[in-house]
Amino acid sequence: MIPVKFDYVHAATVDQAIKLMQDSDGTGKVIAGGHSLLPLMKFRLTEPDVLIDISRIDQLKEVKVEGERLIVGALVTHHDASKHPLIQAHVPLLADTASQIGDLQIRNRGTIGGNLAHADPAADLPAAAFALDAEIIIQGEDGEERMSVDSFIIGPLITMLPENSLVTGVSFSIPPSHAKSVYLKYFHPASGYPVVGVAAMAGTDKAGAIDYIKVALTGVGDVAFRAESVEQTLLGQKPSEKMIREAARLAAEEGEMGSDLFASAEYRENLCKVYTERALRSILL
Amino acid sequence: MANVVGTPLKRKEDPRLLTGNGRFSDDIQLPGMLHAAILRSPHAHAHIKKINAEAALKLPQVVAVYTGKDLEGKIGPIPSSWLVPDCNLKEAPQYPLAIDRVRYVGDGVALVIAEDRYAVRDALDLIDVEYEALPAAVRQKEAMQEGAPLVHDDIEHNIALHWKAGEIADEVLESAEVVVRESFYVQRVFPSPIETRAAIGEYNPGSGELTLWCTSQNPHIHRMVLSGVLGISEAKLRVIAPDMGGGFGGKIGVYPDEALIGYAARDLGRPVKWIEQRSEHFTASNAGRDEVIDVELYGQRDGALTAIRVKNTANLGAYLSTMGPGVATIDFGLMITGAYDIPHASCETFGVYTNTTPTDAYRGAGKPEATYQIERIIDLYAREIGMDPVELRRKNFAPKEAFPYTNAQGLIYDSGDYEKPLQKALEIVNYEQLRQEQEEMRKQGKLIGVGISTYVELCGFGPSKVAGAIGFQGGVWENSTVRVHPSGKVTVYSGTSPHGQGHATTFGQIVADKLGIPMDDIELVFSDTRAISMSWGTYGSRSTPVGGAAVAIAADRVVEKAKKIAAHELEAAADDIIFESGIFQVKGVPGQQRTFQEIAKAANMAWNLPEGMEPSLEAQSFFDPENFVYPFGTHIVVVEVDKETGEIQMKRYVCVDDVGRVINPLTAEGQVHGGIAQGVGQALWEGAVYSSEGQLLSGTLMDYTLPKARFFPPIESSFTETPSPVNPLGAKGVGETGTTASIPAVMNAVMDALKPYGVKDIDMPLTPEKVWRVIQEGEGN
Repeated sequence: MIPVKFDYVHAATVDQAIKLMQDSDGTGKVIAGGHSLLPLMKFRLTEPDVLIDISRIDQLKEVKVEGERLIVGALVTHHDASKHPLIQAHVPLLADTASQIGDLQIRNRGTIGGNLAHADPAADLPAAAFALDAEIIIQGEDGEERMSVDSFIIGPLITMLPENSLVTGVSFSIPPSHAKSVYLKYFHPASGYPVVGVAAMAGTDKAGAIDYIKVALTGVGDVAFRAESVEQTLLGQKPSEKMIREAARLAAEEGEMGSDLFASAEYRENLCKVYTERALRSILL
Repeated sequence: MANVVGTPLKRKEDPRLLTGNGRFSDDIQLPGMLHAAILRSPHAHAHIKKINAEAALKLPQVVAVYTGKDLEGKIGPIPSSWLVPDCNLKEAPQYPLAIDRVRYVGDGVALVIAEDRYAVRDALDLIDVEYEALPAAVRQKEAMQEGAPLVHDDIEHNIALHWKAGEIADEVLESAEVVVRESFYVQRVFPSPIETRAAIGEYNPGSGELTLWCTSQNPHIHRMVLSGVLGISEAKLRVIAPDMGGGFGGKIGVYPDEALIGYAARDLGRPVKWIEQRSEHFTASNAGRDEVIDVELYGQRDGALTAIRVKNTANLGAYLSTMGPGVATIDFGLMITGAYDIPHASCETFGVYTNTTPTDAYRGAGKPEATYQIERIIDLYAREIGMDPVELRRKNFAPKEAFPYTNAQGLIYDSGDYEKPLQKALEIVNYEQLRQEQEEMRKQGKLIGVGISTYVELCGFGPSKVAGAIGFQGGVWENSTVRVHPSGKVTVYSGTSPHGQGHATTFGQIVADKLGIPMDDIELVFSDTRAISMSWGTYGSRSTPVGGAAVAIAADRVVEKAKKIAAHELEAAADDIIFESGIFQVKGVPGQQRTFQEIAKAANMAWNLPEGMEPSLEAQSFFDPENFVYPFGTHIVVVEVDKETGEIQMKRYVCVDDVGRVINPLTAEGQVHGGIAQGVGQALWEGAVYSSEGQLLSGTLMDYTLPKARFFPPIESSFTETPSPVNPLGAKGVGETGTTASIPAVMNAVMDALKPYGVKDIDMPLTPEKVWRVIQEGEGN
């Protein structure tokens, strides 16, 4: 478990980090918590010449409200995200999801920005990001741009992050105050990653009809996805056990099921349905 | 001073280990030390056409690269240490590095030595090996078929051994009213200690002495075997096992790797260190189990069991490991009747070579497999005749009055009272009520299962004459020296080699009681062949019943001599000296006394000893027990199965174990917990998966599930005590009981939960998907 030789530099500012990336001529890798990158390096699956450490750029650790959205700095750790008062108050789904990532050591090191930029298909966070209509805030050579999470993550470990640019934060839409949320996860017993993770938010109007619903799933295939069929089936309806069960049957519609030693595609499809049903029951009934 | 044996003292070892003051293999740094890595085969089976190490040797930090050809004639093959007789055993030579053919993924191909760990790792990538891949034999039953690829060209059908024990007359089988048959697969698992294997060699060219620190459960066996392999006198080979993070059987074996490190240290004249990588451990360290067990249980409608006939087809891997041949034969085949008085038994075992990593003893070694088949089949029998599984077990228990009890295969169980722990466990779990609740829950559509296992296990390997008769290439006695210093402080030497069990605590308790001195006055020394004359190590739950007994006997001898000195000083007859709580006094004369410390000083100064007595206060013992010990007990597990996902939740885990006299209830319970975790791991999560080409697919901890604390309910553990008559402590082994008992207990619980679906067996591990599929099929029907 020894990586090939590499250099290490640390960046004091975002601009400096971008400059260092330019200087490395494509051979550099940005490191924050290192929880995804270091194992890949130790397995020699990735061999960067230089690691550019951004973990000391304090401005990337901020959390703030901007209108209808909450901006979370890229360097906010999973643990901090799970405990942050603004996150708990405005996007509890994010706090709930972050609290279920890996174990305490991982949550203390791993960061929100690093997690999404790594785009691990088995990660927890994309479920919340998809459900919360997240936008990835990217600082590049030509300034800042924002990209919706579904256009940012395009495949397993593949993103649309432009060259020589840095994820500086993530913007989450703040759901209406009457919406309840949950992240329900089936832990892989070995890795702790979700075999399926369901992020769900829903609320009902005064008449008891569902007026707000977002459902996203992760862990089952190459990328996370929004279960739009489930959302559309339930929107405007009064929730009942039967209705939720029927809607949840559509949970796998928009996703591609993966298969591995632990769970076949067929079994994963079943888990999508069962866990979506259970997630929705817990917030709607 | 109060007696400390039987009290739950906290482990003496823990403050040192928990504060980072342990000294594990990787903590050892020697001046001028080099680092080693082993290039391993990526093929399950291939010819080695060419090895080109030029590029690696060009790295400035690389000191040497050795191949199998380089070592030909210089290091001997690594022999197996269990040459089971009368089974046509065929041992293929295992050279420390493959010479012209690799036989499993992980087979060593080249040894690289460099100045630091980074360079040695870089060098591995630069060695170019040209292979010609061959078809592989992977699964044992297929490997025995005509036309299967041969692992060793001269060993037909890949059959390494064909062993039989016991015969059953046709009339016995024909007169049975009921026969229940099932085929069980006890899958391959990895021992996975928290510390991987390691070896550090240091050669002294002046004295010609080679010192080898290695992760060994039995340093003296390592010394004995490696002295032959390396061609060095035992008197010049010192083997030391430093602090170790577990072993579970995976560190019994003498591996090629330790021989290579010893060889390189001597050849290069510099210390060499090798630390096994975690990913390497999955293919380079011996695995456990991998046995296909076909069993037939015969009996009558009323539940009287009359015969059991078993065939075990065991996957031994590419070579015979140190203990490998004995596991599926002796350890398994003589224990197939379990705790039951089944009058007739027979076992036939095939040991099969395959292109996989060798298998060796793993926690329980053969006994968990034996217990698994009998405890599973007896449940199926109960189901067949419509009897409660507890009732069927009770009806067939070897009765208390029959002990020492001779089982159908001729083993003599030392002591037992099987009803006692069963009754206690049933009370704790409230069995009657539990069954009623289960019925209620079933009506509500919930799948609750209750699983029982009433096991007995053979352990505490002794007597040596039996070891010889069953082909074990060693003795199984133990040795201890108790040395009393002038101050009265004591050093105790024991040949057993602890690696997490807590011997310093439990053996200290034994000595503290014997000598009447505080625990803090006792130091324990283990695991160094220079300090301990001879020993056979720690495995098979033998440390306390054999090694602890040797300690007790040596301590008794110290007291015996000390009494004579006290008698001399007090001008009394030795028979009139009473020794209690560290004080020697003359019977009936309370004022006349000496402390243990005073006698220690007197013995060591030797100013005034009885006529003819040699100076000092020290005694050695060599204890060869007359029999094995047979711990037993009852484990009861309650599970709930999620109908929609197949997930299994353990609701309760109750165990009542009888391990004879308990030296320390706290460490004993710790052993039970750990054993249960590994057994349940086998039942529910762990399992090696090989492709048909022999590639290991479950080769990381991301895929291979080790048990975790949060998977378990609180374990409700207690003991009954039925002393063993075969050692002076009355103790039996406790390290493997949990593993032995828990595998069938959990499986029986899940099968009970799934009873409405009519399923009789699912291959372990019981992944949720397998369970879900059974439910789906059942619902479909």
